[in-house]
Amino acid sequence: MLDILYFAWVREAIGKDGESIDHPGADITISVLLDRLSGAGEGYAEAFADRSRLRAALDHAFVSLETPLGEAHELALFPPVTGG
Amino acid sequence: MIRIHIGEEGIDPAALLVPLEQLGGGAVASFTGIVRGDGGLVSLRLDHYPAMTQARIEAIVAQAQARWPLLGITIVHRVGAMAPGERIVFVGTASSHRAAALESCAFLIDWLKTSAPFWKKECFADGREQWVEARAEDDAARDRWNA
Repeated sequence: MLDILYFAWVREAIGKDGESIDHPGADITISVLLDRLSGAGEGYAEAFADRSRLRAALDHAFVSLETPLGEAHELALFPPVTGG
Repeated sequence: MIRIHIGEEGIDPAALLVPLEQLGGGAVASFTGIVRGDGGLVSLRLDHYPAMTQARIEAIVAQAQARWPLLGITIVHRVGAMAPGERIVFVGTASSHRAAALESCAFLIDWLKTSAPFWKKECFADGREQWVEARAEDDAARDRWNA
């Protein structure tokens, strides 16, 4: 299984905090997974439309969208951070 | 002494400075971030990624420790809802001398703004709400430390 978490406007567009899916496979990149999820509904397509505004973390480490999922258990998708 | 805290309660800089002053060094520096009321902002909401936030801040703290001879670091970041004028973040550093304390404090807030999973949402008097966009200036402020 792969747990996917959504934050900030990504969460609002999709309408949920996260979900668990069957692990798509270690070689699948985040970007390819986003393409697949974009077909899951209007909110997904909206959230993932502009990849330049999207950031990701795999098992709590920031990674690029071209990173393969590998053996990760948790993928988080969110906008660039704005703390401090 | 390393102290990292993320929570919804208010921040008391005076109380946070005391333990940093008691570490035997000659210098304590601090930064306090305040919610600005620009453009009719009535409240700010901070979301974060709890499972990741603490670990990311610990990693930023470790970088500061590797770079400067520090006796203590305190980082407190608020999450949840807050109003203009309220404190949102506190960074305090203690060292034997001022340069290390001042520089590491600036380093920590620059990295905290751009490398820890927090997101701000602004709520305005007219009912508008918007997520704050990341600013290129903040990335530039962080990247100057790599020069």
